[in-house]
Amino acid sequence: MSFDMSVTMQTIAELRGVTKTFGNVVAAKDLNLSIGKGEFLSFLGPSGCGKTTALRMLAGFEKPTEGQVLLDGEVVNDLDAHHRPVNMVFQHYALFPHLSVFDNIAYGLRQQRPHVDKQTIATKVEQALETVRLGGFGPRRIWEMSGGQQQRVALARAIVNEPKLLLLDEPMAALDRKLRKEMQFELQNLQRQLGITFVLVTHDQEEALSMSDRICVMEGGSIVQVGSPRELYDMPRSRYVAGFVGTSNFFDATVTDSAADQITVRLASGQKVHGTPEIPIDAGQEVCVSIRPEQITLTRALPTAEIALPVTIQNRIFLGEHTEYLARNEALGDFHVLVPRQAELNEGTFNAGEQAFVSWGEGALLILEN
Amino acid sequence: MTERGRKALLLAPAGIWLLVMLALPLLVVFVFSFGERGAAGGYVPAFTLEQYANLPARWTAFKNTLILAPLGTIAALVIAYPLAYFLAVRCSPKWRTSLLILVIVPFWTSILIRSYAWIFILGGRGLPALLESIGIDDIRLINTPFAVLVGIVYGYLPLMVFPIFVSLDKLDKRLLEASADLGSTPWRTFRQVTLPLSVPGIATGCMLVFILLMGEFLIPAILGGGKVFFVGNALVDLFLQSRNWAYGSAVAMTLVVVMLVTVSIYMKFISRLGGQRQDVSLM
Repeated sequence: MSFDMSVTMQTIAELRGVTKTFGNVVAAKDLNLSIGKGEFLSFLGPSGCGKTTALRMLAGFEKPTEGQVLLDGEVVNDLDAHHRPVNMVFQHYALFPHLSVFDNIAYGLRQQRPHVDKQTIATKVEQALETVRLGGFGPRRIWEMSGGQQQRVALARAIVNEPKLLLLDEPMAALDRKLRKEMQFELQNLQRQLGITFVLVTHDQEEALSMSDRICVMEGGSIVQVGSPRELYDMPRSRYVAGFVGTSNFFDATVTDSAADQITVRLASGQKVHGTPEIPIDAGQEVCVSIRPEQITLTRALPTAEIALPVTIQNRIFLGEHTEYLARNEALGDFHVLVPRQAELNEGTFNAGEQAFVSWGEGALLILEN
Repeated sequence: MTERGRKALLLAPAGIWLLVMLALPLLVVFVFSFGERGAAGGYVPAFTLEQYANLPARWTAFKNTLILAPLGTIAALVIAYPLAYFLAVRCSPKWRTSLLILVIVPFWTSILIRSYAWIFILGGRGLPALLESIGIDDIRLINTPFAVLVGIVYGYLPLMVFPIFVSLDKLDKRLLEASADLGSTPWRTFRQVTLPLSVPGIATGCMLVFILLMGEFLIPAILGGGKVFFVGNALVDLFLQSRNWAYGSAVAMTLVVVMLVTVSIYMKFISRLGGQRQDVSLM
C-alpha cells in the first residue's frame, strides 16, 4: 500500500516553521510537515533527534517557541492539551493504577461536556475493548494485566474518543520482540479499520518501515527526509538516512565532474562512477556512495558489469533465506553482501579466504551527501 | 539453619522488645485497673470495678481529647496537603531539598521550647496586643482550646507533610499528562488522579498524627494552662500527683480501648476510600 501526499484529499495537521527550544537547547528546528487525513506517519530517529518534542507539540504538552501547529486548518499553538481532539498512547502506557480497565477506557468520555450518558459510555467502552481484543476484561485491575494487554488498554483508552490524531510515543518499546511483531500488524489493521490518522514516534526502523505510509526521518532537531518507506529505502537523500533506514555499505568518494543531471565521482579504488544525486553537488566535494548489501552480486568469475572489484571473503553468516558475507577489497574496505538462497545454490558457498568479485547493476549505487 | 529458624531469629529482637516494653506493661496496667489505691498512694491488689465506675469524673479530659485530636489532625491535613503538593509537584527540584529541610528544622529543638515560644505569641503581649492596636479588643488566646489546637498543629505538621509528600512525589507525572490528554481540566485531574493516588500518604499522615495526639499531654499542659487538658494530662496527674495508680490504670486502659476503636473505624473507612487498590499501605 502506498500513500501519496500529493493526491491526498485533506491535511489534518500541519507543522509550519515550528521551532522549540528548552533553555539553550534547540529540540526542534524549523519543522515543516503536513499530515494527511487517515495516514500512518512515523517520526523516525535516534533519541534526542526531536521526534518526541514534535509529537508533544501536536499533543499540546509543549508550546512551539516559533512557528505554528495547525489542527484541521486552525492554529492551535495556545490550545491546551485537554482541549485538543488528539489522544496519545504513552511510552509506558500511563494507565491509571487506581482505576479498572473499564474506568481507564471510559476516562476520556467522562471528561466530555455536556456529559455523555452512562449507557453510551458502556457501549463505547465495550466496543473499544472488542476492537483491541480484550472483550470481557473491563472489570480487571490494571496490575492484573500483562504488558501486552496493558498496551491494548492504552490503545483502547485513546481510540474510544475517536481522536482526529492518534499519537503513539514508542508504544512498543516495552514489549518483547514477538509481541512487538504481532502488535505491528494489529496496529496497522486497526488504523485501516478505524480510519484514524496515526502519528508514531519510534527509533526502530523496522517498526517504521513495516507500518507507516510515510516516514519523517529526523536528525538533531531537524527533518532530514520525508517519504514512503520505499522512497526512503531506494532514494535516501543522505548517508544518515541510508544508514538509518535499512543497512548499507558506505564508501568515501570525490566528485570529479558535475553536470546538470549527472555527476561523476571517483572511488578510493580509482574507479569512476556516475549517478544522479537527489541534491546538487559541486565538483571537488567529498561525498559518499552507498550500496545495499542485497544489491551486490558475488561471483567467482570476473563479471561483465561496469565495475567489478576483487575481494577476499572474510566471514560468512547463514541467515536461512539469505547468507551474509563480509568481503574485503584492498582499496575500499569491507563489503557486506547479502546473497539470496537461490543464488547461493547456483554459485555455491564461498569459504573464508576465497577470492571473488563483487559487482552491481546500474543504478544500485547511490551518491549521497556526507 | 532452617528457613523458619532464620525468620524467627530476624523477628526475635523486635518480638522481645514488644513483649517486654509493650505487652507486659499493658498487662500490668490491665491488672492494676481492677485494684485499689493504697493509703499512701500506689497500688493495693484487689478485684473491683470501682475505678471504671469512677471514669465519668474524668469525662472532660476524654471529651477534650476526642474533639481536639481529630480536629488537630484535620487542621494539620488541610495545611499540610497544599504544602506537600507544592513541594512534590510544583516546586523546582533546585529548591525542593532546602524547603524540605525547612520543614524538618523545628524538630532540631525540643517541643517544650517551641511550645513555650507560643506562650509569648499567643499571650497578652503577643498577638492579642497586636490585635488591640488595630481596634480588636478583649481577645484571649492563651489557655484556650484554640491555643492548644495551634500548638498541636504546629508541633505535628511535619509528620503530616512527609507521608503526603512521599506519595505525591512518587506519583507518576505522566498520569497527569495522560489525564489532560484525555480532556480533563487541571482541577478534575487533581480530583480524579492526584487526590486518589495520594490517599495512602493522607492515610499514613492522619494515622501518625491522630495516634500521637490521642496520647498528647505536653502541649495542652503548656498552652492550655490547666484549663484545656487531655487524657494524657489526667494520667500524669493520677500517676504522679495523686498517686492513684489503680484509677490511673483504668483511665489508661479506657484510652487504649477508645484509640483501638477509633483507629479501626478509621482503617475501615480508608480502605473503602482507597478502593481495592493493591498499593494502599497504611503505615
